[in-house]
Amino acid sequence: MIERVAEIQKQAEAEITAASSSAALEGLRVQYLGRKAELPQLLRDVAQLPPDLRGEAGRTANEARQALEAMIETAAARFEAAEMSAALESDNVDITLPGSPAEAVGHHHLLSATRREIEDVFCGLGYSVVEGPEVETVHYNFDALNHDPAHPARARSDTFYIEGGGDGPDQTLLRTHTSPMQIRIMEQTPPPIALIVPGRVFRRDSDATHTPQFHQIEGLLVDEGVTLADLKGTLLAFARAIFGEGRELRLRPHFFPFTEPSVEVDVSCFMCDQGAAPDGGRCSLCKGTGWLEVLGSGMVDPNVFAAVSDHGYDPNAHQGFAFGLGIERIAMLKHGVPDLRFFYENDLRFLRQFG
Amino acid sequence: MRVPIDWLSDYVEVGIGATELSERLAMTGTEVARVLQHGPPAPANFVVGKVLSAEAHPDADRLRVCSVDCGEKDPRTIVCGAPNVAAGQTVAVALPGAVMPDGTELGEAKLRGVKSSGMILAEDELGIGGDHDGIMVLGDELVSGMALAEVFSLSSEVLEPEVTPNRGDCGGLYGIAREVHAATGAPLSAPPWADDPGASTIGSTPAGISVTVEDAALCPRFTARVFENVTIAPSPIWLKARLAAAGQRSISNVVDITNYVMLVSGHPLHAFDLDAIAGGELTVRSARAGETLTTLDGEERELDTDICLIADADGPTSLAGVMGGSRSEVSDQTTRVLLEVAVWDGANINRTSTRLGLRSEASSRFEKGLSPEGALEAQAMATALMLELTGATLTDGTLDIGGEGPAANVIRLRDARIVSLLGTQIAREESQRILETLGFTVSAADDGLDVTVPHWRRDDVTREADLIEEVARIHGLDSLPSTLPINRTGRAGGLSREQRLIRRAEDALVGRGLCEIVGWSFTDPQICDKLLLGSDHPLRDLVVIENPMSSAQSVMRPSILPSLLDAAAYNMARGAEGCALFESGSVYRGGRSEEGFAANEHHGLGAIVTGPVRPPSWNDAQPPTARIETAHALVSGVLGALSIEWEVEDGELPFLHPGRTAMIRTNTGLLGWFGEVHPAVATAWGIDQPIAALAIDIGRAAAQAPGQQIFNDLTSFPPLREDLAVIVPAAVSAASVVACITEAGSPLVSRAEVFDVYSGEQVGEGRVSLALHIDFAAVDRTLTDEEVSPIRDKIVAALKAEVDGELRG
Ligand SMILES: [Zn+2]
Repeated sequence: MIERVAEIQKQAEAEITAASSSAALEGLRVQYLGRKAELPQLLRDVAQLPPDLRGEAGRTANEARQALEAMIETAAARFEAAEMSAALESDNVDITLPGSPAEAVGHHHLLSATRREIEDVFCGLGYSVVEGPEVETVHYNFDALNHDPAHPARARSDTFYIEGGGDGPDQTLLRTHTSPMQIRIMEQTPPPIALIVPGRVFRRDSDATHTPQFHQIEGLLVDEGVTLADLKGTLLAFARAIFGEGRELRLRPHFFPFTEPSVEVDVSCFMCDQGAAPDGGRCSLCKGTGWLEVLGSGMVDPNVFAAVSDHGYDPNAHQGFAFGLGIERIAMLKHGVPDLRFFYENDLRFLRQFG
Repeated sequence: MRVPIDWLSDYVEVGIGATELSERLAMTGTEVARVLQHGPPAPANFVVGKVLSAEAHPDADRLRVCSVDCGEKDPRTIVCGAPNVAAGQTVAVALPGAVMPDGTELGEAKLRGVKSSGMILAEDELGIGGDHDGIMVLGDELVSGMALAEVFSLSSEVLEPEVTPNRGDCGGLYGIAREVHAATGAPLSAPPWADDPGASTIGSTPAGISVTVEDAALCPRFTARVFENVTIAPSPIWLKARLAAAGQRSISNVVDITNYVMLVSGHPLHAFDLDAIAGGELTVRSARAGETLTTLDGEERELDTDICLIADADGPTSLAGVMGGSRSEVSDQTTRVLLEVAVWDGANINRTSTRLGLRSEASSRFEKGLSPEGALEAQAMATALMLELTGATLTDGTLDIGGEGPAANVIRLRDARIVSLLGTQIAREESQRILETLGFTVSAADDGLDVTVPHWRRDDVTREADLIEEVARIHGLDSLPSTLPINRTGRAGGLSREQRLIRRAEDALVGRGLCEIVGWSFTDPQICDKLLLGSDHPLRDLVVIENPMSSAQSVMRPSILPSLLDAAAYNMARGAEGCALFESGSVYRGGRSEEGFAANEHHGLGAIVTGPVRPPSWNDAQPPTARIETAHALVSGVLGALSIEWEVEDGELPFLHPGRTAMIRTNTGLLGWFGEVHPAVATAWGIDQPIAALAIDIGRAAAQAPGQQIFNDLTSFPPLREDLAVIVPAAVSAASVVACITEAGSPLVSRAEVFDVYSGEQVGEGRVSLALHIDFAAVDRTLTDEEVSPIRDKIVAALKAEVDGELRG
């Protein structure tokens, strides 16, 4: 009987090895291990053997059955995997069809994206971001910021005033810059302070290079011993973060009522080499000058500190710098937007290019 | 202002080209907007000629054939069409090769068969005035062949500097010359008013005229001189040419002198016809209510009591500091001139010119604030020209009310302060040199310099910081180091929590496929009608602009919705089938804000979706159209991102579909709304399909968002979930069913949520079936069926009692 088992096992092993599909394998399983197959029958017959033979015969038959079962299983697993992959391979689709249902892709407006980018630069330098009202008073917008009573910016031709907005310092207007927050913050927070004020501002101007509303970011740092060189270093860090490593700064003296000294700040053009475009022609971005005018700034005028001297600011002890930049201008320079109009038209074909 | 370099060179030896000069000025604080060319691009081939003969042209009635001595061996033949050409005249000639102001090069020409080798010039051909009546006739003392450029300013580059408002002293060429001197080191000449031919008249008052200044604050100084035997005539060519180069029209010798002196000194002057001053008396006073004045431009102007004027016995005769009146202006018959040079209060002049919408060369200079001393400088320079050019005699006396300004300020400039403000050192000698070139007087002090401010910088330079700016701007900032300040605020900086949450809310919408727009804060007051607001609707309390650019931009938007509708309409008119837009920005309403600001502004977050809720695709060709539930889902997404608990409440808003309006309620009040735009409103924007919309006061939402989140154990004891379908009357809202379940099952119902809605035959007329997931959970144990079963019964009973609900199936 033991010999028979060995024979069956040998034959079965050969056939399992030769089987070429899971169906053939299933046939072999029925043929050799099914209820009516010989090997199980032999196992059942072990009981009728003399007791001293039962042990070995039983073990041999059982081992053979287990070996065949394992072999079939291994082979079956192999076939199943191969057959499944064959089936999956034939079950294919055109993977180049678009995803569906489609996901719309949203965008931040370029002005918001630019504002965030600039905010993040100054947050990294330790500045806080504060915002304030757009409808302001003459006091905060002009008087406290050292604007001469005859300063042209106060004119009705330049600044929007609010109807029924009163008279004198409390007269209301649409802020012409985000600088009023300089005063509001200094009234609330003793020095030292480091903050930026992003926001919407309004000037009575409308032509190719001006819209009556636009967006600014104002910066203010006040402490003892703050210098113009500190301002330059700060703005250089900003310029390199926004326009790329390797930018240089140029400071041009200018006049702003609330800073003294005041400087206009130019950043070296990132599209050319000192005004010469890569094709040898005149760079169109900087008009061949090699410099881009990006912002106005200066050392806070002592009169501004005098306006908040009740709040811990001493014109003789404290120094600080302030700067103001136009978000539209930065976005136009950085992304090559040729016309301010695009920002407020809200044409989806424009909006979807950015942010 | 226009600065012809040729003229500027009278006062400072400009040794560099216009472009380099512009750069140098820009780097020292005076931006040059443009460099223009006045007259021919080059002076070559423009010469003085003498007309030897002028004969009729054989074949043309209107032409003359002239023989002109141009200083060469032989006279030239020049054909001329001017009616006034005659033998014996000294004329200006352009020879072949000359390049005219328009860029054309003159050649030899044949005119009706006669060869013409040159052109006799009229004024307008050289850009001097519009006079084309005839050729220019020059003085006979000039020698033929002499370069025309030596006779008058023929050709010059002209700078257009942008003088900053603090520099009233740069309203004249001499002030610019001083800047050029400081910026380039070019030698500066003595000022043209250094010699005053009328110096001896100072101290006495001219006879026959009396002046009263009623308000010295409005008129700190009033000076006048009287000239007799004046002959009004055209100005000489050199004067016309200079004015032309500076962009001014020549009028007559006297008026031209006032303009010329203003252009050099920066101080405006006014010439009265003394015989037209009624009563020989002038009074400087505020206008009376209802008074009018006809100014030189022929306009009759209504005055108010803040306006300062000069009146004679017959009433107003001049608008102080802005424009003269026509009644007393100099005419061809004038023989006696009163020359007034005054100083007016800058703020008042600014107000007057703004109020009247009248800006003049004079007002734009006076409003910057001029020094009283400058008045007599202008008188000195004008006196010399009046005597030289009009044949006038100066009457004894210089009227002077107000006198010179306050004594000069002396400011200490400390070396240490320069370092502390700039972060770099500038040698004391260098500071001294710079300040002296700018006209400051400097003496040594222990720790720096004592600096005396000249009168023309009196208002502008008053403190040490102002001196440091002067030194720094001329010294140059090229070598300034770049350092980063030490941040000693003790704060980490960054965005506030509210700002971070607002970004999060915006990001939530971007993540859901919406595009952000930036709309106008300005809108049209008719927006209220367009939004169907009732006549007493609170949104009609608008923030109104007093001086808008147009009526369409004359109020501030009271809602963010119109901006979104504008953008949607714009894009749909350009072919978009729908759009999904949002805006995050200010909304303005009348009244004061909670913080006490001047208007009631808040930071709004609004969104609209119209058309397909998502882009169609190949197996999703017709995605659902945006409806109120689209807006609802976006509100859930945004407020969910901020972890804000909220619920829906019925509401009414005129611009929303009355059956599809929902208010967003939190425990602190209403936070906003969502719904579908009223079809009539949509149509007003040209959109004929449903528009889902929402608006949230995101500033307030961010402020009330819960703070730091504390851990809740939601995993140790998982909830027991049951589904339940209940049939309720259609009028019962889903929210009230949820509320009923939550309350009846409290505290073990941790969540109840509608997942299916069905209405139809099986549930009966007027009724609706809601299917809900209900989670039962406790924080300290896993609930068993036995524990939940009675609660479930309680819920069923409550549904029956409170919302007429019966379990389905
Ligand atoms: Zn460039």
